[in-house]
Amino acid sequence: MKFWRTGVLAAAVLAASVASASAQKTFKAVMHSDLKIVDPIWTTAYITRNHGYMIYDTLFAMDEKGEIKPQMVEKYDESADKKTFTFTLRDGLLWHDGQPVTAEDCVASIKRWAARDATGQKLMSFVDSMAAKDARTFEVKLKEPTGLLIFGLGKPSSNVPFMMPKRVAETDPNTQISDFTGSGPFVFKKDEWKPGDKAVYVKFDKYKPRSEPPSGLSGGKVVKFDRMEWLAISDHQQAVNSLLAGEIDYIEQPPHDLLPLLKGDVYLNMANPLGNQYTLRPNHLQKPFDNPKVRQALLYALNQKDFLEATIGNAEYYKTCKAMFVCGTALASEKGMEGRLESNFAKAKELLKEANYDGTPIVLLHSTDLQVLTNLGPVAKSLMEKAGFKVDMQSSDWQTVVARRVKKDPASSGGWHAMLTSWVSADILNPVMAGFINSSCEKASFGWPCDAEMEKLRDDFARATDPAKQKEIAEAVQVREAEVVTHIHLGQWYQPAAARKNVAGLLTAPAPVFWNVTK
Amino acid sequence: MTGYILRRIASTVPVMLIVAALVFLMLRLTPGDPAAIIAGDNANADQIAAIRNRLGLDAPLLLQFFQWLGNLLRGDFGESFYFKKTVAELIASRLEPTLALSVATIVLAVAIAVPLGVLAAYKRGTIIDKIVMGFSVLGFSVPVFVIGYSLIYLFAIQLNWLPVQGYQRIGDGFGGFLQRLLMPALTLSVIYVALIARMTRASVIDVLEEDYIRTARAKGQSELKVLFKHALRNASVPIVTVIGLGIALLIGGVVVTESVFSIPGLGRLTVDAVLARDFPTIQAVILLFSLVYVLVNLAVDVAYTALDPRIRY
Repeated sequence: MKFWRTGVLAAAVLAASVASASAQKTFKAVMHSDLKIVDPIWTTAYITRNHGYMIYDTLFAMDEKGEIKPQMVEKYDESADKKTFTFTLRDGLLWHDGQPVTAEDCVASIKRWAARDATGQKLMSFVDSMAAKDARTFEVKLKEPTGLLIFGLGKPSSNVPFMMPKRVAETDPNTQISDFTGSGPFVFKKDEWKPGDKAVYVKFDKYKPRSEPPSGLSGGKVVKFDRMEWLAISDHQQAVNSLLAGEIDYIEQPPHDLLPLLKGDVYLNMANPLGNQYTLRPNHLQKPFDNPKVRQALLYALNQKDFLEATIGNAEYYKTCKAMFVCGTALASEKGMEGRLESNFAKAKELLKEANYDGTPIVLLHSTDLQVLTNLGPVAKSLMEKAGFKVDMQSSDWQTVVARRVKKDPASSGGWHAMLTSWVSADILNPVMAGFINSSCEKASFGWPCDAEMEKLRDDFARATDPAKQKEIAEAVQVREAEVVTHIHLGQWYQPAAARKNVAGLLTAPAPVFWNVTK
Repeated sequence: MTGYILRRIASTVPVMLIVAALVFLMLRLTPGDPAAIIAGDNANADQIAAIRNRLGLDAPLLLQFFQWLGNLLRGDFGESFYFKKTVAELIASRLEPTLALSVATIVLAVAIAVPLGVLAAYKRGTIIDKIVMGFSVLGFSVPVFVIGYSLIYLFAIQLNWLPVQGYQRIGDGFGGFLQRLLMPALTLSVIYVALIARMTRASVIDVLEEDYIRTARAKGQSELKVLFKHALRNASVPIVTVIGLGIALLIGGVVVTESVFSIPGLGRLTVDAVLARDFPTIQAVILLFSLVYVLVNLAVDVAYTALDPRIRY
């Protein structure tokens, strides 16, 4: 009898769930990665960018049509010679500690961002001076006109020029910040942050949203719940199970092979219509890819559909697109890509013969632990071999690929010839932003392409302020790209988010944002 | 006895030194560069070199090793490359979930396995014995994550009795803490139940043949008392050995179970640290696990003297 009484009591205790109804409305999300680094200027990691959009604001922001609109800026004036810009901040902007946002904060923040970001660095080469004129106004004087200023200040993806208090923005750009005061619609709860477990944000009650409706990353940022938790659930199946069971509200990037499970009380949301772009990067320093004809052979050997079928599988979530600067955007064009990316093996073999390719095995780095990248390697190997390349595919986890790709050693001593990756389309919208097009030799990123003409075209683009001229230059870059082959774009793919059916208001934007969302 | 314990504790020092040297060397010899991971995907070689320099990773290996060892002896486990917290802080914050899961697993396993093993021994050769041993074989054949997913599918998704994942600290409510711990502990305990039940059965069968068991029965003791007071007590030494050895299995199982159930314990910390090449954290966690294993073995040896008065050190 005693035993049974104890058993009933234990069952009652067990049944008493501690998730008692709280007055707070909490939105629980599983993002694509755990939040470990919280300085969105120091790192380009997308999870940190997403964190940035929670707690910081920007001077300008991209709307859902891809246009850059004022955000923290109330108005700006441009001189007749396009060399002097005066920005006035909106009234009533506050930091999370209650202090007003000032022009000096913004100037310091822009400087810190520009020290780390490639677009910012390019922008600063045009800037003569930048200084606060009064508490809410600052002025930028340019050496010559450039289209990079407004675009740069509204850059949607890593590194985003988030505004921080001056004391924080004056942190050495090569050192991570430790003060997470922002002026964005959420406040980061550092005391509740447990890396590997969860990150917590609460609504910033004193945030002053713009009056217009939200659009993309711009417009009125009105938060409609009290608290947000980012839970670190590394097992994708478990994240899906939790969503189906109603334990969480949203998954940022459910794997494509689990999408068929997401039905019933769950729906899929295509928040980022620009998607992502797969890329193969050859190493221009290593023979045979030091020969442009060999790289051109690669451009003829590959095709986009095979890669997209092998990785994404469902045609609803991918698109073949020969435009380097992303289909669906102002600079999209197929000029220069005619006949290429169609697996023309005969043409590829012809080019290899002209280049006197001697059968050097191509060391192809293949990552095995990132689900969206895993199948790229075997497809690349197969197509390259059909074109006459000899391929040595070397498999490892992604972090080993990241460590190895910065090595300039010969492939036989730990170096590499080719690697595969993916870019978020919002990061490659023009020749200055697109990191792989940078052909400044030693200063370029891994792969180290070297082409003075490409660099001149990129400089020309930075100077252009007229959209028609920008398009013309972008096309010229793409034509040049077919000769130089800094990298090869392997198609666009799309990642839907998943949410419970009671979640509404998810915005179409290049990064996941949670203002306007209700549950 | 005290002398024995002190000698055993003293002998852990060279063991720990060897473990420290091995783990230090292994990490630095395996591919992957923590500086490249920290710098991010778009960093250039100069930025990575600067980070490597700041972390002291470009110093000679021996110097790095002795610096780390020296700090360790002062109780300084260093700072995580990735989490920007001290390793001690990180481990302290992850200890409770792993301890809770481990203790719950052992308690559950012993509570289920020992009676099952005794029952199987008592009913040797019968259908009950065959069923118990059959489940035991299944228990250590089926991978932990398969058991986990199966339990989740049944109890969380189909029946909606238990949550799918997550951990609630004991301070946030005992009911919720137990509710979230039950499935992971059950998952992890399956292999233990299998092992302990088999060992219990084998040991009890041996003991049931002894004269004193016949004497106890002849004196009118109930079967329950014969089994649990006389037989089990005398069969307990090998059972306790298996429980102790199982700690090693527990460490591996905890890593998988915490990942499946999203429990923010030491197991998940180990996985995250390995993927991020967070050397200080990996080193500290492995040392901690090794120390626990050594101490558990000592505890098992000391326990023998309580279970069998004939054993003296």
